[in-house]
Amino acid sequence: MNARSQVLLWGAQRVSAMVLALCVVVHLITIIVAVRNGLSAAEILGRTRGSFAWGGFYALFVAAVAVHAPIGVRNICAEFGWRGRGIDTLMFVLALSLAMWGFRAVWAVVS
Amino acid sequence: MANLQVRIWRGAETGEFQDYEVPRLESQTVLDVVTYVQRRLDPSLAYRFACRVGVCGSCAMSVNGVSRWTCRTHVSKVATNDRLEIAPLRNLPVIRDLVTDMTEFFDKWTKARGRFTGNKTRKDAFAQVNPASKQRKAVDAAIECIGCGVCYSSCEVVTWKPDYLGPAALSRAWTLVNDVRDVAQKERLAAVAGDAGCHACHTHLNCTERCPKGISPTAGIAGLKRAVLTATLKGEL
Repeated sequence: MNARSQVLLWGAQRVSAMVLALCVVVHLITIIVAVRNGLSAAEILGRTRGSFAWGGFYALFVAAVAVHAPIGVRNICAEFGWRGRGIDTLMFVLALSLAMWGFRAVWAVVS
Repeated sequence: MANLQVRIWRGAETGEFQDYEVPRLESQTVLDVVTYVQRRLDPSLAYRFACRVGVCGSCAMSVNGVSRWTCRTHVSKVATNDRLEIAPLRNLPVIRDLVTDMTEFFDKWTKARGRFTGNKTRKDAFAQVNPASKQRKAVDAAIECIGCGVCYSSCEVVTWKPDYLGPAALSRAWTLVNDVRDVAQKERLAAVAGDAGCHACHTHLNCTERCPKGISPTAGIAGLKRAVLTATLKGEL
């Protein structure tokens, strides 16, 4: 991978970290508020079903995770000596998997 | 005063610690201790020093597990129960005893384009650099580096990624990025970009904590990360 791509990956991880910081705070507050009267599937689905706002929020959350996590894992791998095209491809697959399962989960609670 | 119990690394990459007993003196530095061992107890001990006053950067060693400049490290500050363990710097090949091979360390300064590149001749007027300017202040903050290798030896990222340029070379590059007279900025940013360059830094701050000159290579590296990303987004890289 050329230096330009490496720099852009670093930039993408920075920006996704900023998004994640915000998403995690909103998510934690939601958990604290949601469990006050007990936690049930019906209660969660009642909040999320048909909601563009919650759908959009969790879609953004999933996108940020799918960008952020594989870049971080790639860095950790590099420090264990695992580098190169093979690892980069594997990380791309990881990103696609996270996005796919994440969006599927979002769709499941929103639709 | 009780004698000091000193363990000193003997050998190269493989070797062992040897024990010595050194008289404890007032205002004694770690370099004094090593010099005593070499002159009085074991003349075969190899170590490096030159100025003895914190200018040349040649006497850095690992003292009780921490990289330090030994000429300005008082024994009273670092000895626990009158015991000292002195080893060569980490992250560098050991030539013999306390002497490391600094070739790779300084080669990385060259790789990071740590050399000033100007375009003026002696017929031109002196460059005017405002001492109060942001860039000149950034240079001031890092220019006193003596090249001792303490930061490089303390850096975990260098341990994990041997091709990482390291804090000293990157900090040097940062002083030149802020040098308004330098004309090789694009090449320098390209040289320090990416996985083996500034973007490998995890901001552990070991270099900043250990630098005997109080420099923060971490701050310089953060500046490089921003400068490189900006240049990349502008399509200059």
